[in-house]
Amino acid sequence: MAKARTSLVRSGLIHLALISYTLIALFPVFLTLINSFKSRNAIFRDPMAIPTPSTFDLVGYQTVLAQGDFFGYFQNSLIVTVLSIALVLLFGAMAAFALSEYRFRGNLLMGLYLALGIMIPIRLGTVAILQGMVAAGLVNTLTALVLVYTAQGLPLAIFILSEFMRNVSDDLKNAGRIDGLSEYAIFFRLVLPLVRPAMATVAVFTMIPIWNDLWFPLILAPGEETKTVTLGAQMFIGQFVTNWNAVLSALSLAILPVLVLYVIFSRQLIRGITSGAVK
Amino acid sequence: MGSLKLTSIRKAFGTHEVLKGIDLEVADGEFVIFVGPSGCGKSTLLRVIAGLEDATSGSVQIDGDEVASVPPAKRGIAMVFQSYALYPHLTVKDNMGLGLKQAGAPKQEIETRVTEASRMLSLAPYLTRRPAELSGGQRQRVAIGRAIVREPKLFLFDEPLSNLDAALRVQTRLEIARLHRQLKATMIYVTHDQVEAMTLADKIVVLNAGAIEQIGSPMELYNRPANTFVAGFIGSPQMNFIEAERLGDTQAKTIGIRPEHIALSRESGDWEGKVVHAEHLGADTILYLETEATGLLTVRLFGEHRYGADDIVFATPDKSRLHRFDADDKAIAAS
Repeated sequence: MAKARTSLVRSGLIHLALISYTLIALFPVFLTLINSFKSRNAIFRDPMAIPTPSTFDLVGYQTVLAQGDFFGYFQNSLIVTVLSIALVLLFGAMAAFALSEYRFRGNLLMGLYLALGIMIPIRLGTVAILQGMVAAGLVNTLTALVLVYTAQGLPLAIFILSEFMRNVSDDLKNAGRIDGLSEYAIFFRLVLPLVRPAMATVAVFTMIPIWNDLWFPLILAPGEETKTVTLGAQMFIGQFVTNWNAVLSALSLAILPVLVLYVIFSRQLIRGITSGAVK
Repeated sequence: MGSLKLTSIRKAFGTHEVLKGIDLEVADGEFVIFVGPSGCGKSTLLRVIAGLEDATSGSVQIDGDEVASVPPAKRGIAMVFQSYALYPHLTVKDNMGLGLKQAGAPKQEIETRVTEASRMLSLAPYLTRRPAELSGGQRQRVAIGRAIVREPKLFLFDEPLSNLDAALRVQTRLEIARLHRQLKATMIYVTHDQVEAMTLADKIVVLNAGAIEQIGSPMELYNRPANTFVAGFIGSPQMNFIEAERLGDTQAKTIGIRPEHIALSRESGDWEGKVVHAEHLGADTILYLETEATGLLTVRLFGEHRYGADDIVFATPDKSRLHRFDADDKAIAAS
């Protein structure tokens, strides 16, 4: 091992810092998971304890699966998340391509306008959005959620992707033009494959807030048919009594799909982070 | 097939004028090189010819047809880029065949033409590889192959050798020269390297600040530069420029003499000076002299010479090889 640039103390401290951050970040997840497998009494008696044969209980999962249509909620969450990511990536990449590739009047202004959404939270417009959805008859539909989330994800997507697209070689695009590729073919066949790591980054950043969101499902689609997982879990939280077993079990289950999606994107994501650093 | 005519091409980005009225005619089969310093507009001019940029005004005619509204793919051109610009996800074979495929050529014909081009460039063993698996020189050969396969009226090269190392550059230069003889096609080539220009071109177009300074064969430019810019740009080491006043010439403003047209002696000569630095290259010896009469003077001697720093020497210019320039930096015709 090269000793010239590493000291045991320094690398030890760095690892200590990273490990403690990991523990802090994972602790709530860990707590949720262990308690979801315990009986109600055991949760309150010793919330930090790991389930033992005497305290092990699947009552939470049983409640979740028996009450309400949790499979349906999962389906709703997945449909909304996947559709929103797809639309954000498609429209975000197209807008980013136009902004980075073509010289037109107002290009810079348009870019700033689109980036404005990063700074102003979309929730400020909730009332207007709700009025609009009511007028359009979209309340209690998944379409309403997909539309709102697409709008929410686009600014960051355009911002990140247009930076990456500026780095795609002009020569390559021009070679495509000379070979007779249409602008769409250049976009889909030459540029998109080259910015795939950036697309994965955007997908992950877009996915997590959408999956975890409670606000818009509660306001725009609270109906039984359109409930998402996060909203579904709320029915176990009451004003006076909260069924913690069920809440924790529902949340534990909700981690799974997002974990799968993350694993799919993260292979690309790591390539995105290291691209340029290593050739 | 393959002539080009440019008439008063102008190109401006906003208020910044990059091309200031370019007129040029290229005959069929000619090898024309645009040469000039960075930012002189040579690449922009090439892009205008290719149709990748629209000229602000002026007309481009290929084979006598106005092509202003013809997209790049339909102009009958092929272009080789400095950064190779190969499609990373396609094999060498598909890279070369894509243009024809887009134009709707039959499979059999694409196959024949790709095979022919890869034979000419000895790329046959690499046809199934992707660009990432090739070396720089091989990539550039694929890029050239992609151009050949299209059988264009006009080949456009945009600094194709700049990314290659010195040895490979010479080799690829020979290859391009050989291709030009073999294909007898019209080629337009952009470079900032005057050596490439001198060695390859039938005709050199020297550009500076968006305007043509001079058009001519390599030897015309070397022997009869039209102005101080061309005189200084063509030839290496650079021509010496001496204020005419110091030499007692009242009609000219500047006198130019190439380093290789100065004789050196230890005993006697026109200008006495001290050697500041000597570069021994084996085939050449390049000396930098500080003289009373002319200031800093570069002298190029052929072969090996035992001059060193601080030697006192005498330099004598070849009078028939002097270039005289007037106050506007234009050459004064020899009387």
